[in-house]
Amino acid sequence: MGLGPFAVFAFLFLILPTIGLFVGAFQDADGTPTLANIAGLMTPVVANAFRQSLIVSGASAVVGAVCGLAIALALAGPGTPRFLREALLTLSGVASNFAGVPLAFAFLATIGRLGLVTIILRDVFGIDIYAAGFTVLGTTGLTLTYLYFQLPLMVLLIMPAVEGLKREWREASEMLGATGWQHAWRITAPVLFPSFAGAALLLFANAFGAVATAYALTGSFINLVTILLYAEIRGEVLHDANLGYALAFGMVAITGVCNIVYLRLRAFSARRFR
Amino acid sequence: MKPARIARAVVIAMGASYLLLPLLGVLEFALRMRRGAYSFDAFAAIFEDHRFQDTFLYSTVMALVTVVLGMLIIVPAAYAVRLHAPRLRAAVEFVTLLPLVVPAIVIVFGYVRLYGSDSFLPLTDSDFGADALLAFGYITLALPYIYRSVDAGLGAMDVRTLSEAAESLGARPHTILLRIVLPNIRTAILSGAFLTSAIVLGEFTFASLLDRPAFGPFMQLLGASRAYEPAALSLVAFALTWGLMVLIGAFGGRRRGT
Repeated sequence: MGLGPFAVFAFLFLILPTIGLFVGAFQDADGTPTLANIAGLMTPVVANAFRQSLIVSGASAVVGAVCGLAIALALAGPGTPRFLREALLTLSGVASNFAGVPLAFAFLATIGRLGLVTIILRDVFGIDIYAAGFTVLGTTGLTLTYLYFQLPLMVLLIMPAVEGLKREWREASEMLGATGWQHAWRITAPVLFPSFAGAALLLFANAFGAVATAYALTGSFINLVTILLYAEIRGEVLHDANLGYALAFGMVAITGVCNIVYLRLRAFSARRFR
Repeated sequence: MKPARIARAVVIAMGASYLLLPLLGVLEFALRMRRGAYSFDAFAAIFEDHRFQDTFLYSTVMALVTVVLGMLIIVPAAYAVRLHAPRLRAAVEFVTLLPLVVPAIVIVFGYVRLYGSDSFLPLTDSDFGADALLAFGYITLALPYIYRSVDAGLGAMDVRTLSEAAESLGARPHTILLRIVLPNIRTAILSGAFLTSAIVLGEFTFASLLDRPAFGPFMQLLGASRAYEPAALSLVAFALTWGLMVLIGAFGGRRRGT
C-alpha cells in the first residue's frame, strides 16, 4: 500500500520518460521502426562528441581515481595528524558536491586567461601556458575542472576500503620476510582492486552525464555529448528529434554498462571482505 | 619508514593545494572589481541584485517542496518494503538506483517529449505544471540518496516489533508512520534533506531546460554577461554547500555503513 505513490511516481517521472526516448531512438519521424537514428550516431559531429566525452570522462576518472587513492592512503597512514585527516575529509565532502556553474567560475578565475595561477605562472615563473596552447575551454582544461569534484569523491568512496586494510596483514608480511613493495603488490593491491575499479567506473559515469560545468565553462565551445544534447533540446542543432533520442539512448547505454560492472564489483568485494 | 612519511606529506600537501587553489583564485578575482584596490564590491552587487534574491528564493522553495514531497513518496515505500513486501526489495532498489544510470539531461529530455506542448499531458504549458515537473525531476535526482539514507535509518530501528506493538494498541498505518517511524528515522531524514538541498539549490540542467527562474540558470546567465560578480557568486555557492555539509555532520551524524 505504501508502495502505491512511489510506483506511480517512478513510472511517470523516471521509467516512462526514459522508455519513451528509447522507443523514439528506433523510430523515424512518422513512427515507423528504423535503425537510421542509431546509424546517425556515426556522423562526424556526433561521433566526435562521443569521443570527446569519453576522453574527458575517462581522463578525469582515471586521474581522479589514482590521485584519490593516493590521498586516501596518505590520510590513513600512521602519523597523519587526526585534525588534518578530518579537515581534508570535510573539504572532500564539500568539494565533491561543488559542481556545476559555480565550479566553472572558480576555474575560470584560477586557470582562465586572467586567472590567478595563469598569471603567477607567467609573471613569477615565466611560463605562459596560454602561449603554449593551453586553454581552460579545451579538453585538458575541462578535465582539470572535473577533477575538482572527481578527486574528492574518490577519496570518500575509497576511504572505507583503505581503512579496512588491517595492520596485522602488514606485520604478517614482514614476519614472512616480504619487502614493502611485495606487500603492496601482493596484498594491498588485490584487496583494494574491486573497490578501486568500481569507484573509478562511478566517477566515469558521473563525469559522462555532467552538463552544467562544461556549459558554464565553455558555452557550446566544446563538443561533448551532453552539450550537443542540451543544444538539441533547446532546438538549436540537428533539427532531427529522433537523432536526439538516439543520442540519449547511446548515453544511457554507456553509463548503464559502467553501473552494471560497478554493482558486480561492489557485490564481489562485499562478499570477499566483510 | 622515513621516505614513506615524506611521500605521504607530499601527497596530502598536493591534494590540499589542488582543492584550495581554485578557492583562492576565485576569491582574489572577486575582490578585484574596484580598479586598483581590493574590495567587496562584487559581493555587494550580488546581494543587491533582485534577480539573485528572486531566483535564490525560488530555488529554496523548490528545495523545500522537493524534500517534503520526496519524503512523502519515499518513506512509505521504504517502510512497506521492509515490513510487508521484502520480495520487492530488489526491484525497488533497482528503481532507486536508476537516476545514477540515466543522466539528468536524458530524464529532462524525456519530460520535454512526454509532457511538452503537444503531448497528452502538457505540463510544460503552465507555470504550475512546469514547477511540478521540476519538483518531480529533483525528486528523481535525490532518490538514490534519500532512499538509502531512509532505508539505513529503518534498518537501525526495530521496525517490525514497534509497528506490531503500535498496531496491537489500535494505531492506524498513518499514525504508525507519523508517530513511531518518523521520530525514529529523523536523523536519516535530516541528512537526506540537507543533501537534497545541496543538489537542488544550484541545479542547472533541469531548471534551464524546463525554463524555470531558478538559481542555477541565473548563475549561468550572470557568468555569460559579467566578469567579477560570478566569482563572488561562486564563493557564496561554496559557502552554502559547506554549510549544508556541516549541517549533515551535525544533525545527521556520520553515515552508517551502507
